[in-house]
Amino acid sequence: MTDASVPQNVAPPPAEVEDVELYHAHSWITKYVFCQDAKVIAIQYAGTAIAVGILALVLSWVIRLQLAFPGAIPFIDASVYYQSVTMHGMIMVVYMLTAIFLGGFGNYLIPLMVGARDMVFPYVNMLSYWVYLIATLVLVSSYFVPGGPTGAGWTLYPPQSILTGTPGYDYGIILMLVSLILFIVGFTMGGLNYVVTVLQARTRGMTLMRMPLTVWGIFAAAVMALLAFPGLFVACVMLLLDRTLGTSFFMPSLVELGERKDYVGGSPILFQHLFWFFGHPEVYIVALPAFGVVSDLISVHARKNIFGYRMMVWAIIAIGVLSMVVWGHHMYVSGMDPWFGFFFAVTTLAIAVPTALKVYNWVLTLWHADIHFTTPMLFALGFLVTFVNGGITGLYLGNVIVDVPLSATLFVVAHFHMVMGIAPVLVIFGAIYHWYPKITGRMMDERLGKIHFWITFLGAYAIFFPMHYLGVLGMPRRFYEMGETAFVPASAATLNIVITVIALAVGFAQSIFFYNLFKSLKHGAPAGGNPWRAASLEWQTPETPPGHGNWGKHLPVVYRWPYAYSVPGAPEDFLPQNAPPMSGEHSP
Amino acid sequence: MTAEHVTTEPAMSEETLRSRVLGVVADWSSDQRSFKSASWGKAMMWIFLVSDTFVFSCFLISYMTVRMSTTVEWPHPSEIFALDIGGKKIPLILIAIMTFDLITSSGTMAMAVNFAYARERKKAAILMLVTAFFGAAFVGMQAFEWTKLIHEGVRPWGNPFGAAQFGSSFFMITGFHGFHVSVGVLFLLIIARAVWRGDYDVGRPGFFTSRKGRYEIVEIMGLYWHFVDLVWVFIFAFFYLW
Repeated sequence: MTDASVPQNVAPPPAEVEDVELYHAHSWITKYVFCQDAKVIAIQYAGTAIAVGILALVLSWVIRLQLAFPGAIPFIDASVYYQSVTMHGMIMVVYMLTAIFLGGFGNYLIPLMVGARDMVFPYVNMLSYWVYLIATLVLVSSYFVPGGPTGAGWTLYPPQSILTGTPGYDYGIILMLVSLILFIVGFTMGGLNYVVTVLQARTRGMTLMRMPLTVWGIFAAAVMALLAFPGLFVACVMLLLDRTLGTSFFMPSLVELGERKDYVGGSPILFQHLFWFFGHPEVYIVALPAFGVVSDLISVHARKNIFGYRMMVWAIIAIGVLSMVVWGHHMYVSGMDPWFGFFFAVTTLAIAVPTALKVYNWVLTLWHADIHFTTPMLFALGFLVTFVNGGITGLYLGNVIVDVPLSATLFVVAHFHMVMGIAPVLVIFGAIYHWYPKITGRMMDERLGKIHFWITFLGAYAIFFPMHYLGVLGMPRRFYEMGETAFVPASAATLNIVITVIALAVGFAQSIFFYNLFKSLKHGAPAGGNPWRAASLEWQTPETPPGHGNWGKHLPVVYRWPYAYSVPGAPEDFLPQNAPPMSGEHSP
Repeated sequence: MTAEHVTTEPAMSEETLRSRVLGVVADWSSDQRSFKSASWGKAMMWIFLVSDTFVFSCFLISYMTVRMSTTVEWPHPSEIFALDIGGKKIPLILIAIMTFDLITSSGTMAMAVNFAYARERKKAAILMLVTAFFGAAFVGMQAFEWTKLIHEGVRPWGNPFGAAQFGSSFFMITGFHGFHVSVGVLFLLIIARAVWRGDYDVGRPGFFTSRKGRYEIVEIMGLYWHFVDLVWVFIFAFFYLW
């Protein structure tokens, strides 16, 4: 049968693929700008993503200011408000979170963690970044065209998104759709690289079941993205044709401003299906890498192997598969056959099983562990709390009968910001604090890091937790202003002001992080090769930061899984993946 | 019972099935490579094609949805796609020729792959050029078909024969497929040139990367080409025959 009886720690078989020829940069331009090295591409991706992320953060202040002080700020009119809502959502979900997890951490960590010299197709990988950058520029350029960016909401539902009443009708919506199409093209190039590198370019001894969970999360997310983005691609192409050529894919016959439009017989619901066929997996495209990273952060900083590694892997796969068949739960209020509602509710709630399994395993990893409350660990723990919180409200919204009254309220805003806004962002911060020493060779300031954590974590809770109550009160989302609304009590307005003040403060407090990030580049304490005493492969590079080709002359050979912490009899309390086996050792 | 005997049994025993499933899992999760016989390029092309399958599926499912949701009657394909030849209207004749043309090109592509691996450079290159010719002819016939329909008043936003979505779907889907064929023709020409010159024998760096190309690129090109043919079969079935 399988080789279960063979000792696991014998030397791995010889290399199946000869070592790759690498492209060697000859000039500054090819080394730092049009660079084919995944590590540089990763930093380009992450830098661009963070830059647009800051723009989206500022837009969220515009939203909050309007909600707290309706009409008091002169430049925020209804159009600006809707444009801000739209751009904030789209940038955060697609151009920031997806890009930073897959393009940023994926590019940096996959080759290092699986023991490859680079991504399998460095040239295509480089193109991926540049197409992504163009997509981002096209999106941002919509601020500089007449009419400004589209205000259709990040879901871009037709018919409203391409009618003249919506802000950005002239150019904004076209630029948005073109930008998304470009993003998908660029992402596909990168995604193919990530998937093939994980599948086909691992080093000797690196079986799939010896990969760190970070790689598993990013890998599963990249596969899902390759299958889910086609839905958005097709939706964007068809919506673009509806807008520019006057086709009627999504547009029924309708009268706008007393004028009969030329559209006839299209199906707006079709757009929603296509959009959410992408949109729901997208949640997990962001969440799965976060799951993986958090598993590694917890294991390293608690000096304990991850609890139930195999189950963690299967849970990632199960979540990935299930998340492709739940998109209808975004459309309960669009009108749906009750049987379909039932199907989508069941699949949605079923995702709670593998997800809960992961949460239990994280907690059990922490149980009786030697927990070091470093900044990355704090962020990982913060993720656990916010994620469980957001996940539980997800169970509410997964039920049709609860979703229908709550769907259009701030309860939904609170839910998805907890689960796919705050939780992944906390992981991104934790991951930056964790891998910064490897990327730069210097430590970030722990004291500033902890201040940053507590402000961000408590602040995020203070912002989004009250929104649950506002939602249950019936406070609608996306409304420009409430006016005199009988069912919303005056205290809700006060709460909105409190939320806004905290949101502004927490937003500004992120400057602590950026100060720390840039200051530590020059003035951080030298980190050495492996400051966290971590076992996974990326910490075992001969140079820090890793040089071109990552591994010097010889690729590493892997003898065990990446979670060999607190091993009895080991010289230190951990065994790196590439350390030769001890006598009598039997590790996975 | 030994393993050799098990395969001759009519029904697979549970034990055998279990061990084979575990064998697949063990292969996939094994050291270094999940697909032992696939190079990086081939694996990448396969995965790209899976993703592209989803794109075409979304296009076709969307087309079927609007065809069912539209309130006006759908034009009759066998009348619209008919040609006047010698005073007789022959339904779907052009599409039949186009389909035959494209499937023939798949045959020449497969032969090119075979000759490339046999290092018969000239034959491989010529067969790739023939494939490219068939591809170009396909795009040419598509252009003819588009011209004819446009002359008859079919537009993306409407047509005199029935539902407006007919023109929208037709131009979008055949256009997207034609774009795939055109890209394929372009790459066929580039690779045929490299094969003809013997680039893959002397290890000249490829035009995209600085890496040495290998004859396998012909097979990877073939994967793409066969995929584009296969997609056409589905478009033919769902758009023209329905």
